[in-house]
Formats: sequence, structure tokens, C-alpha cells
Amino acid sequence: MNKTQNNKAWFLVLPVFLLVAFSAIIPLMTVVNYSVQDIFDQNNAYFVGVEWYREILQDPRLQDSLLRQFMYSASVLSIEVPLGIAVALMMPTRGAMASLTLILLAVPLLIPWNVVGTIWQIFARADIGLLGYVVNGLGIDYNYANNPVDAWVTVVLMDVWHWTSLIALLCYSGLRAIPDAYYQAAQIDRASNWAIFKYIQLPKLKGVLIIGVLLRFMDSFMIYTEPFVLTGGGPGNSTTFLSQTLTKMAIGQFDIGPAAAFSIVYFLIVLLVSWLFFTSISQLDKDKSKGTNNES
Amino acid sequence: MSRKKTFGISAYIVFLLLPVYWLINMSFKSNEEILGTFSLWPQQFTLANYQVIFTDPTWYNGYFNSIYYVVMNSFITLLVALPAAYAFSRYKFVGDKHLFFWLLTNRMAPPAVFLLPFFQLYSSVGLFDTHIAVALAHCLFSVPLAVWILEGFMSAVPKEIDETAYIDGYSFPRFFIRIFLPLISSGIGVTIFFSFMFSWVELLLARTLTSVEAKPIAAIMTRTIGASGVDWGVLAAAGVLTIIPGILVIYFVRNHVAKGFALGRV
Repeated sequence: MNKTQNNKAWFLVLPVFLLVAFSAIIPLMTVVNYSVQDIFDQNNAYFVGVEWYREILQDPRLQDSLLRQFMYSASVLSIEVPLGIAVALMMPTRGAMASLTLILLAVPLLIPWNVVGTIWQIFARADIGLLGYVVNGLGIDYNYANNPVDAWVTVVLMDVWHWTSLIALLCYSGLRAIPDAYYQAAQIDRASNWAIFKYIQLPKLKGVLIIGVLLRFMDSFMIYTEPFVLTGGGPGNSTTFLSQTLTKMAIGQFDIGPAAAFSIVYFLIVLLVSWLFFTSISQLDKDKSKGTNNES
Repeated sequence: MSRKKTFGISAYIVFLLLPVYWLINMSFKSNEEILGTFSLWPQQFTLANYQVIFTDPTWYNGYFNSIYYVVMNSFITLLVALPAAYAFSRYKFVGDKHLFFWLLTNRMAPPAVFLLPFFQLYSSVGLFDTHIAVALAHCLFSVPLAVWILEGFMSAVPKEIDETAYIDGYSFPRFFIRIFLPLISSGIGVTIFFSFMFSWVELLLARTLTSVEAKPIAAIMTRTIGASGVDWGVLAAAGVLTIIPGILVIYFVRNHVAKGFALGRV
């Protein structure tokens, strides 16, 4: 759509701007403020410049949890995206079954996050949980509270259970937007299912997948509540992710300065990755449209 | 092929529902039964766990508090996001692209360490422990997404409709409410769904900004974990009750969402 240039449109955007600025800019500036000061109490604060930043970048605890965080985000994304697409392709397209499937798929998304943790805490326990009981019954020694590998598997499985539906619902909407004529043309060409997926469905899904992957990356990178309830970060530190390390620092040990400095670094990492992601995708778009232009 | 698909989707839904079923199962058991015997369904069916919640105002008020601020949040979100999304979909203006990206960056801030500044900010303006504080704080996450979703739906409405309406003598507010909003009703359904979703499930901010008067149910649940161990039955019952509002919302907007997911680019 060609849009008209009109700066009066700012009046329509102004409420959003003010509302979000109130809740975003003031806290952000407070955190920046903390990150360059050593605060003893309200009247005793000293400017320390970049010292906290220097300190935290060498802190092995934070490096470890950053590494764990990247591994976690990478593993949940690499499971949820293909699985979500597969589920969307399998969903019934019309009728009562379609609505029912839609409602059931949305259920995990609408459960409060700490309840998600509780559900899995109960479900995976070896003594009272169905999953833990059955897995142990099969002769596999499984205990997410003692074994770091089991804890990891459980946390990833919980995230897959929780969030694959989001990708699936977004992809489902993308698939519904494909006109029937495309499929008819494919049938005439005797295209295989794989070819239909690769040349018709996947390109149409790109838009929704960008949104889905971006949302999942941002949210999984900031995950706090669910693993906190499920494993409490343990056993040891094996499932202590970034947010948890930060909260421990800020609230548990009152190291507000370093914690603030790291949350700024943290914010910048998420910003950078999302920006790289955005630009590479839009670059891809541009190249592609250029390619088709040359062909025609 | 079709049978394979039905099998696949059924298997996935079973995987989704099993943990939920287990929670429901436990909510109808007594603690002795939960810890003592392992059974796929309650042997001695009891409603005692639910009774604990429904007879204690500190428990059930938690549900009202949560619902109250979630509804407020959805309302505020729609109110501010509708005009903004219209501006983004119809006009070019100075800084529009940057503003849009800036809105989205707010979803990227790690909430864990912003808790303290949030607490200080809302205390200093006298909003601590009110529903509106939580509703406003949640706008940080819901508004950017709402603008994004609504912009997609609005861009799908041809601009000629706006122009025709103006020629017919409609003023902007009247056009917006009488003609434009009905055209994007499914988009509004999807937006309500998403605002509800992100506000209902969030706990960290909601817990930090409240103490007694507006305490959300999810924070009250932690009291089942006491010195003498966990009260599994009541915990499970409270969990089951937090799932119900979500199912109601998706049930009421299901036609909008089904249609909306199909039409819009979300």
C-alpha cells in the first residue's frame, strides 16, 4: 500500500509512545544509573564508571550462564520450529475438528508460567508424577532433581510443550492464507508433497515464521519463572539461566551495580541478535525480489 | 496421508493434554493418596482441595485480582494500539520505522533486573499495590505486539474504503468506529487473545508490583509450599483453576481467532 506522508499521524501514535515510554525509559535509565555507581544506601552512592562492566565481563558465573542460555535458546528453537510447522501441516482445515484442535493447541499458551512449572514439577516427579513413574518403570533411571542431564531434558521438554503451539498456530494461519488455486496448479503439475511444501507452503510461511522465531528467541532468552519453579536452577547450577543468575545477584546478594551492568549487556545482546536476524531476513527478501526481477 | 495426519495431530494433542490431565487428576485426590498410592485416576474422589480455595477470601480474591488487571490491560492496550496501528498502516511520518522497532525492543528487556526500578517507579507515583499498576506495566509487552498485529490487519483493508467514507461526509472518529472497526473485528479478537495471554501468564512483574490488595493468584499459590512440605492437592486445584479463564477466552474468541488467523498476517 502506498502511504501518504503526514506528520500529523504522530498524534495517533502519541498515546502509545507516552504509555510505553513511561514504563520503558524511566526504568531503563534507572538501571543505567545503577550500573555506573556503587550504592551503599540512599545517600551513599559513588560514581564508578565502567568498573562494573569490566568486572562482570570476567565473571565466570555469568559467562557460564550466558553459554547455557545460548545452548538453551538454540535447542528449544531447533525443536520447536520444525515441530510447529509439522503440527500446523497436520491440523484439520475445516469443520468442528478444526476449532477444537485450535482451542486445545492454545491451552498451554494460556497457563500462567509458574503453573506451567508446577505442572511439570508434578508430572515429572519419579514418585508422584506420571512421566517420571513411567520412565523409571521402563528401567531408565530418571530424576530431574539429581541428574543434570535429566534436568536439562525436562526443562527443554517443558518449553517444547509450552511454546510449540505458538509456532503451530502462526504457521496454521499462514497456511490458511494460501489460495486453493496454488494447490490445484500443483496437482496439475503432479507435484510431490515435498515439492508442494518446499515451493508453495514454506515460502508463504516465511512471514509468520519470522515473527514466531523472533518471539521465541526473545522469550526463551529471558526465561525465568518456569525453570525456577521446576528445578530451582539445579542440580548445582546446571539449569541456572541468565535471568536467574541476575536475580540472584541483584536481590539475593544486593550486588545491584554489577547486576545492572550485566542486564544492560544482556539487553544489548538480545537487541543485537534480533537486529542481525531482522536485517539478514530483509536482505534475503531484497535479494530474492532482485533475482526474480532479473529473470523476468 | 490423511489418516497419518490425524494420527500425528492426535498424538501431539495427547502429549499436550497428559500433563494437564495429571494436574486435574491430582486436584481431586487427598494428599495421602497423592503421596501414598500411584493411580491413573482418583481412587477416593474428593473436592476438599477446591473447598479450601472457594471458602477462603485470600485465595479466591487472587483470581479476581488477576482477572481485574488482565481485563484492564486488554482494554488499555486496545484503546492506545488502535489509533497507532492505523497511523502505521496508513501514513508515513518522521521516525515511523524507528518508533516501530523501538516499541518492539521493549519486549527484549530482561524483566528480572528491571523489577527494582519498576517497583521504585510505581511506588513513587503512588500506584504500588493497585491493579492499574500491573495493567500499565503489562502494557509494555502487550502494546508493541498489539500494534504489530493490528497493523497487519489494517493494511489488508483497502485505502479506498477510507477515502470513500470521507467523500460520503464521515468524520474521522465516526468512520473509524462505524466502518473501520467492524472490518477488522477479527484482528481485534486476535489482539485481545494475545494481550490476555501475555498478561494472564506473567508473574514476575505482577508479583513485584503488588503486596495485598492486588495480589495475583499465581503469587498466592506459593503459600502451599510450607515448612511441613508441599500441599500438593491444593496446589494442583489452584493450578487447574488458573487454566479455566484461558480456556474461556479462547472459546469465546475462537471464531474470530480461527478467521483472524486465516485472514490476517498476524
